[in-house]
Amino acid sequence: MTFFEAILQHEFLQHALIGGVLASIGCGIIGSYVVVMRIGFLAGGISHTVLGGMGIALYLGLNPIGGALVTALLAALLIGWVSLQWKEREDTLIGAFWAIGMATGILFISQTPGYNVNLLSYLFGNILMVTTAELWGMGLMDLLIAGVVLLCYRQFLAVSFDEEFARLRGVPVTFFYLLLLCMVAVTVVLLIQVVGLILVIALLTLPAAIAGQYVKSLGKMMLLATLLGICFSVLGLMISYSPDLPAGSTIILVAGAAYILSTIFTITWQRNRARYANGAN
Amino acid sequence: MDKQPVIQIRNLSFSYDGPRVIESVELDIPDGEFLGVVGPNAGGKSTLLKLILGLLDPVKGEIRVLGVSPKRGCRHLGYVPQYPAFSRDFPITVEQTVLMGRLGQGRILGGYGRQDYQVAARAMRETEIFSLKDRQLSTLSGGQLQRVLVARALACEPRVLILDEPTANIDMRVETDIFDLLK
Repeated sequence: MTFFEAILQHEFLQHALIGGVLASIGCGIIGSYVVVMRIGFLAGGISHTVLGGMGIALYLGLNPIGGALVTALLAALLIGWVSLQWKEREDTLIGAFWAIGMATGILFISQTPGYNVNLLSYLFGNILMVTTAELWGMGLMDLLIAGVVLLCYRQFLAVSFDEEFARLRGVPVTFFYLLLLCMVAVTVVLLIQVVGLILVIALLTLPAAIAGQYVKSLGKMMLLATLLGICFSVLGLMISYSPDLPAGSTIILVAGAAYILSTIFTITWQRNRARYANGAN
Repeated sequence: MDKQPVIQIRNLSFSYDGPRVIESVELDIPDGEFLGVVGPNAGGKSTLLKLILGLLDPVKGEIRVLGVSPKRGCRHLGYVPQYPAFSRDFPITVEQTVLMGRLGQGRILGGYGRQDYQVAARAMRETEIFSLKDRQLSTLSGGQLQRVLVARALACEPRVLILDEPTANIDMRVETDIFDLLK
């Protein structure tokens, strides 16, 4: 049975496809900010801290995605606020959150009966198990992200471009910086359901990084990154289907390969153009 | 306007975790005045400007900008920094950069209004960068970028313009143009 026939027959594949598209929207919009602001490590910190919240939620018998959302927002606010006050120690602080969050998560999950089933799917995602309710949740998160970015586009641009100048224009920089980090947190939770918390950082940065090599405005970067994200997740699902490979990891490898190819292409193109320009003079 | 000085500095001292960079400065700048601060490197010129802008807090003394504290008055100041605080490869056009001078005026949420675009266009014409408006910042020369920074400050429609070594990267002709503009 080919992938396309399988899609028509199996609801879980349709869900996986929709889930991939929904995740790509968030990752295209917010991933662009992560790339231009160079806060990939910060986003990675948020996503790994999330395991703590998922573990605690699981232990208490609550919804792990709810736990993930609360923890992600808390981590974003804490890391963001401390790093604004104490810029030079930002990396140490993120590293501490990263490790403490994961350790807390593992500890709580280990104390939850029947734990080992879930751990791997939190770490590496399980897009084939996405439920209808989770898809609705992902759609809501996308709406929230798109709505906030649309309303605050100028302020987010100003804060990510030139914080000092934004402050002089009376833009409440701390507020918008933290709001942006909260949107990163929401996106991380959105992506965890597709590729798991370890691989989140790849889907958050790679499509936007590729887009950044070709367009010259943040808005276009978001659009192109979203389209690329959709391509990568559909392609990854297709490739992983027949040999029964883990879908999340396949998606990441597709994105990674595209990034490497695109980077090589861009560098070669620029060299050639520079050589041509020099030759013409 | 009244005869009150636009910038009033009383007994100002400042230090960055070390020796005093600025010691007991007294300064009144009246409206319409054209004032240059000269001095050696590490003399505290940029620091003084940052104190006026409210980016730094004085250790001692007081600054009034248009009669209020620098943090409240800074909206009426246009600032051209010595070095751009952003990275050159940010995906943004000249026009979008100049438009940032319009922040803090007009609509709070959503996009820029028509008037914002008009003011930005005027600022770009005055600094002779209108033809570059769709170019990305990374493709500009140092002098062109400097003019973008001046245009962004003009787009604020400021009462006072503060320039930190504005002509370091500009040729003489544009330097004269800019100073003519400021008058």
